[in-house]
Amino acid sequence: MNHNPKIIGASIPRLDGKDKVTGRALYTDDLKFPGMLYGALHRSRLPHARIKKVDTSAAKKIKGVKDVVTGADTPQIKYGNWRLVPGSQDELPLAVDKVRFIGDEIAAVCAVDRETAIKAAEAIEVEYEELPAIYSVEEATAEGAPLLHDESPGNVSLTREISYGDLEGLLAQADYVREDFFKVHAVSHAYLEPCSSIAVPEEGGRVTLYTSTQTPYIVQCLLASTLDIPENHVRVVKTQVGGGFGGKMEMRPWEFAAAFMALRTGRPVKFTLTRSDELAFGRRRHPMSIRSKVGFTKDGKLLAKDFEVMLDGGAYNAMGPTATFLCGTFGNMLYNFQAYRYRGRHVYTNKPPASAMRGFGAPQAAFAQESQMNMAAEELGIDPIDLRLINAMETGDVIPDVATISSCGFKESLEKVRQVSGWDAKRKEKKPGVGLGIGCFSFISGGVFNWFNTKYNFAAAEVTVYPDGTAQLNTMACDIGQGPDTVLRQILAAELGIGIEKIRLVSMDTALTPKADLGTWGSRVTLMNGNAIIDAAKKIKDMLKPVLFDHLDLNQIHEIAFEDDRVLVKANPKKSMSFGECVYHALRGRRGEPLTARGYYTPRDKGLVSPAFSFGAQVAEVAVDQDTGLVTVTNTYTAHDCGVAINKMAVEGQLEGAIQMGLGYTLSEAFVMEQGRTLNTSFLDYKMPAAEDMPPSTYVEVETYEPEGPFGAKEAGEGLAIPTAPAIADAVYQATGFRALELPITPEKVLKGIGRLK
Amino acid sequence: MAKEIIELIVNGDRYEVAVEPWRTLAEVLREDLNLTGTKIGCNQGDCGACTVLMEGRSVSSCLTLAAEAHQREIVTIEGLAQGPEDLHPLQEAFVEHGAVQCGYCTPGMILSAKHLLDHNPTPSEQEIRQGLSGNLCRCTGYSKIVEAIGAAAAKMAPAGEGE
Repeated sequence: MNHNPKIIGASIPRLDGKDKVTGRALYTDDLKFPGMLYGALHRSRLPHARIKKVDTSAAKKIKGVKDVVTGADTPQIKYGNWRLVPGSQDELPLAVDKVRFIGDEIAAVCAVDRETAIKAAEAIEVEYEELPAIYSVEEATAEGAPLLHDESPGNVSLTREISYGDLEGLLAQADYVREDFFKVHAVSHAYLEPCSSIAVPEEGGRVTLYTSTQTPYIVQCLLASTLDIPENHVRVVKTQVGGGFGGKMEMRPWEFAAAFMALRTGRPVKFTLTRSDELAFGRRRHPMSIRSKVGFTKDGKLLAKDFEVMLDGGAYNAMGPTATFLCGTFGNMLYNFQAYRYRGRHVYTNKPPASAMRGFGAPQAAFAQESQMNMAAEELGIDPIDLRLINAMETGDVIPDVATISSCGFKESLEKVRQVSGWDAKRKEKKPGVGLGIGCFSFISGGVFNWFNTKYNFAAAEVTVYPDGTAQLNTMACDIGQGPDTVLRQILAAELGIGIEKIRLVSMDTALTPKADLGTWGSRVTLMNGNAIIDAAKKIKDMLKPVLFDHLDLNQIHEIAFEDDRVLVKANPKKSMSFGECVYHALRGRRGEPLTARGYYTPRDKGLVSPAFSFGAQVAEVAVDQDTGLVTVTNTYTAHDCGVAINKMAVEGQLEGAIQMGLGYTLSEAFVMEQGRTLNTSFLDYKMPAAEDMPPSTYVEVETYEPEGPFGAKEAGEGLAIPTAPAIADAVYQATGFRALELPITPEKVLKGIGRLK
Repeated sequence: MAKEIIELIVNGDRYEVAVEPWRTLAEVLREDLNLTGTKIGCNQGDCGACTVLMEGRSVSSCLTLAAEAHQREIVTIEGLAQGPEDLHPLQEAFVEHGAVQCGYCTPGMILSAKHLLDHNPTPSEQEIRQGLSGNLCRCTGYSKIVEAIGAAAAKMAPAGEGE
């Protein structure tokens, strides 16, 4: 716990802030290159059909069109993030024989300007043989349902089962058993920056792709495999990214189309999506149908849980397999119980594919789990916070075969949130139309799983130090707004004992940064990249320490410290030299070889899920208008254990943003779908909370020290997106007597629930 | 359709551009003048990322035809700072208060805030939130943005006014 409080735990403003407030920060669509062409896609107009013929002749005749490609022109190699299971890779960049959702990409064009490209894409004629389509997991898994993919009978692409303990025995023995059914819906990531990509051809059949992504390494590998060229022929450079939230963690068809046509035409090709493309065809959070059965003793000890989930995956796997695994994992987090059975099925439907979205299965699983805890508490006559305290995980607890909890501030979070929310008093005073409810969460700090089947370490860092006292950090880690460009420099600055302003950052360029980094997802960046950076910095320090021993003729029992841009003898800090001088001497001693070191991190022997888990509890206060059914969240209180917060302001930013997303998920955001078509394709019709919709928020940090985390840190990005829905649902029940088992909680559902609307 | 020549005064500089009558101010700023600080988040007038000031009023530049801006004074995010190290108090406050995450909504947020403070130098929290009602953010939950605008207002207020 030896760290510099001026750096670790400080609210250091993000280092790219100035560029972003002055308009200098460059996002992909801000770039242009000489000779650049503009791309457009032709997408399927039907939800399920066989492609009989694609006629591009009219498009090719339009003046200014430089290339038109269909699936037939491409190498036709399937891709998907789950390289470990090749059979799960079910997507083609451009459809060949079949389309499976409205928006499935069929052809791409590029032209001298955007308008011509759009005109050409529209001029492409597709002859379809329409097939029957299915829109829900129930229809898709029914006997005789039409198949989306021939390889997946029953439209189930993947089943995940977990089972331990004597489930039937314990449920039979339980004093109190309940079974409930929950349904949650799809929402959009709604990052403000629509996706954009530019491919620039290079000599030797190579290509550089500038792209709005949260996983440059994954894009590099999958672009190479789908283009059928060596991985090293593809360089991916991430520009500033205007938000991702899980929606930019796969290779996308327009990235392929840009690169493919750039190589064919010898000219740079740019694709930028529109907001209506994003909302109509973009990835979204998985809708799920959840059945949960739990058994308790009469004094509230949770004994066993039977948890069954069907994920509506849409037309392709995308990140669905991971969500299917994680739902099962999150289904047995937070509480200790002896028996658990999970069965998760990932189901295909003729809708835009669902994929990873902030929380990755946890918001859905927790809505069921936490709502059910609240329902059980009422029936058992135990306060919901007390019921959780009876069952809460603690440091050192073991989830059988899955993980050991190396740090856990869950009980402290429950106590704190009880206190700051005024829980005990407010729950007693029952006022009609006003309520207080609770939801809790736990989340992973990165996954130990290697579904991408990388041959490299999960995170890597290269550090070089210079005689002028500065350093350079090369990392593939990806800042998509959450702040690692700042936080990772804080970690390096703290470890090397130099000022954060001394560090130049080279990031997210697959050709210039060490292999590899799996990207920004699963709340992995701070822990994994932070550890890789510390590893590299320690190697640098080992190169520098001999200089002091030599110059000061030190006894070998001494320890050397690195602080305030100086290298010093710990026991006698007056004996020191500047960091730069020390590097200078070390460099002389190495006869010109630069002081560069690489560090790595791969979680090993850390169970099956994650090296570390965050915990927390949130209370929401609502007012419900009994005439209109409108729910207004009037306050939120959150207590949160993210280990040591490296940058407090950044953690608060994650919390406040997560509440906005959670609020939208619970109350106002939803896709309106009709026969596989998304009808609300603008922010006017897709309603995410604006500034005036946000409730005041109180936040307490419960600090623990995570031994596996850099300087004791663990995740803060996603867990906070989990508790808001169950907390609001519980508060609405307290206010009205209506218990929502389906999201979103619309005024219509509330009015029906309280008998004011038939 | 034939192009017409329009004259734009952007951040005090005069530009003459030939534009098709259907092109928006956002496109012309970004593509013809290379002022890419103005962002396009929806191109439907819903998100506010493209907000600029035209004759002192905040407008969605994606809904404004470039031709409508003929001979008008436009201020974009690039025109707010006096120099690279001399930020406008709003810009400074956005950085200091953590009001920026991905940064895509930021230029529009700052210009909406400028419009607000130009007309109401000491807004209440509620007035700030109302002033941002046309600007969406997906990262911050708005609270640090509201804080930053309040702090900038206090700093900019003449002595004796504000906090």
